[in-house]
Amino acid sequence: MDTTRRSLIAGAAGVLSVPRLAPAQESPGVTAGEIRIGSTNALSGPVSSYSVISRCLSAMFKRLNDEGGVGGRKVNFIVYDDGYAPPRTLEQTRRLVEQDRVAFLFNQLGTPTNSAIHRYVNQRKVPHLFLATGADKWSNPREYPWTMGWQPSYRIEAQIYAKHLLEQKPNARIALLYQNDDFGKDYIAGVRDVLGPRFEGMVRTVSHEATDPTIDSQIVSLAATGADVLICGITPRFASQAIRRVHDIGWKPMFFMSNVSISGSVVMQPAGSEKGVGVITSDYRKDQGDPAWANDPGMEEWRDFMRRFVPDGEIGDNNYTYAYGAGTTMIQVLRQCGNDFSRENVMRQAASIAPLEIATLLPGVKVSTSPTNFSPIRHMQLQRWDGRSWQRFGNVIEGAQV
Amino acid sequence: MSATEEVPAVPVLVQAPPRSAMATWQRGALVLLGLAAALAPIFVLESFQLFQLTMAVIMALAVLGLNIVTGYNGQISLGHGAFYAVGAYATAILMSHGDWSFWATLPVSAAVCAGLGYAVGFPALRLGGLYLALTTFSLAVAVPQILKHRAIEDWTGGVQGLFLVKPDPPSWLPLDADQWMYLVALGVSAVLFLLSWNLIRSRVGRALMAIRDNPTAAEAMGMDTATLKTRAFAVSAMVTGIAGSLGAVVIEFVAPDSFGFGVSISLFVGMVVGGVASIAGSIFGGLFVLFVPNIAEEISKAAPGVIYGAILILFLFLLPDGFAGLLRRLAARWRDRAAR
Repeated sequence: MDTTRRSLIAGAAGVLSVPRLAPAQESPGVTAGEIRIGSTNALSGPVSSYSVISRCLSAMFKRLNDEGGVGGRKVNFIVYDDGYAPPRTLEQTRRLVEQDRVAFLFNQLGTPTNSAIHRYVNQRKVPHLFLATGADKWSNPREYPWTMGWQPSYRIEAQIYAKHLLEQKPNARIALLYQNDDFGKDYIAGVRDVLGPRFEGMVRTVSHEATDPTIDSQIVSLAATGADVLICGITPRFASQAIRRVHDIGWKPMFFMSNVSISGSVVMQPAGSEKGVGVITSDYRKDQGDPAWANDPGMEEWRDFMRRFVPDGEIGDNNYTYAYGAGTTMIQVLRQCGNDFSRENVMRQAASIAPLEIATLLPGVKVSTSPTNFSPIRHMQLQRWDGRSWQRFGNVIEGAQV
Repeated sequence: MSATEEVPAVPVLVQAPPRSAMATWQRGALVLLGLAAALAPIFVLESFQLFQLTMAVIMALAVLGLNIVTGYNGQISLGHGAFYAVGAYATAILMSHGDWSFWATLPVSAAVCAGLGYAVGFPALRLGGLYLALTTFSLAVAVPQILKHRAIEDWTGGVQGLFLVKPDPPSWLPLDADQWMYLVALGVSAVLFLLSWNLIRSRVGRALMAIRDNPTAAEAMGMDTATLKTRAFAVSAMVTGIAGSLGAVVIEFVAPDSFGFGVSISLFVGMVVGGVASIAGSIFGGLFVLFVPNIAEEISKAAPGVIYGAILILFLFLLPDGFAGLLRRLAARWRDRAAR
């Protein structure tokens, strides 16, 4: 009996270890001591302010390596510059995949840039994980099973606004102003997800072009519909105009503003701080300037990391809290992989994250994925402008199930 | 037009291509050698490097287009990225909306770009030098925004752009998609290089250079400068537009962000570094604009732009008349020695 049990265990261990070791040896980008991960970012060009994201991620992998790495291996994080030009992104991504033979791609920046490689990475079956863009099209596991976004998409944001307003005003008449592009149209999709067949009856939509000088006429025509709710999927310059105009014509709707356009110095002060009182938006991150997080353990962890690994980083730049969240998610996936860093297993683990709290995200906002849910963050909390700063209120709200 | 004898010291803009003093067999050997060098990468390089080389060939073709109007005809254009974009979009729209084959889109793209170039050529008649540079530059700045405009959004796909699929290699050829695209780009470019070579060495080519060097004298000799200048613009735009078509199908995606004014500047840099008014220089220009930014990034991740700038300045110091000038000097020295 004893021998049989021992040989059984030995046999089982043998069987278990063989398929685990074998693919690990053969997987691209994985050697006995190293995992290579690739990324592209705008290290040069007009949006190079986002390059701090890559800096922060590199520092996080350095911390991980200093602490012994993952699965007995060190992470080698390779970032190339694409200058935010899609053809360059394809070139650099092909360099990463075909020449540097990275195991997978992580947190590449931008919507047009990632669009250019969307098909390539899916044909090649290279995991394309936790992208630094808020478009909704990255969560489409059926057609693009190797691509996954990270932050809540604009569509989820709009779902959250719609859920909240239905709770407050079940018979709302909604005016929706959106920029006529991918970004703006995600807001229509999100509101439609929640309202379903009632959308046509409840919502009036008006669009504007990114090239329009002003949106005054759009605001006036929406006010004339007698709507009592206004949702704006617009960028900062127009947000400023909209807030001022709505106030000036004496319209007092329940006013939701895209969380792209909520900067105090860029949007609220130019609009007139007192004119924006009551405007509602949403966030999923902790704002490092908010005194509520002065002694928060999560933010303490982040501040400690910044002190030790990015000592010259601008602590007020919320790209660092963003990157810390994305990096934490990635490291969690690597830990889940055990000893098998094959592309299949990395993707499988990325699509099975059990609800995970992250230091720089609001309490209650959890990262979670499943084989049918490629939207890792689906929760946000609303916040309201009080004339000086944004004040969070209510509970964390989850996007609609579509 | 006797500038050829005093080669090195002359400023590039007043230089005509030297007459070749090679024997026929030497020329034949050179052509074969060139052909072998052009085809070898298919069998030697890995697919990513082949892809890069394909892009370099395409950039070389685009630089050639610019060289025709700026190098040979002296009309400075900082807006050739616009023609590159229009060519790319012509192919992308026909392939993704009309299900056209890639080959069928080439003549359309060529015609559209030639027409646009011709139209731009007219204001160019009244604007010389720096003013023309700025006018064409404004074209390069405007085109990406026009591509996003709502009126044509159904066709252009707006900001999100258009996807297309590169043509498959014919089944009888044992090549993969990257090898085939390289061959396609190489073939199309070779034809256009040959045609441009012939054009420049013809009566028209000499007239273009005469207009560049001394418009008054050219006109006095009976050249129709207005017609020649507008047509030079048309041909130039056409060549660059075809390069755009090739670029679109190799990248398989077009979006307004792909065609910022940086493209125009890159082409201009390629032309100057390769050699103004030089057909062969365009090839070096294409290689330069594709590979040097990568080299710069390898040297310094933090400030690739600085390194790129430094390399560029170094090149302009060491090779003030471009790669083509270097080749010309080497050839001249070689001929001198042979003559002795």
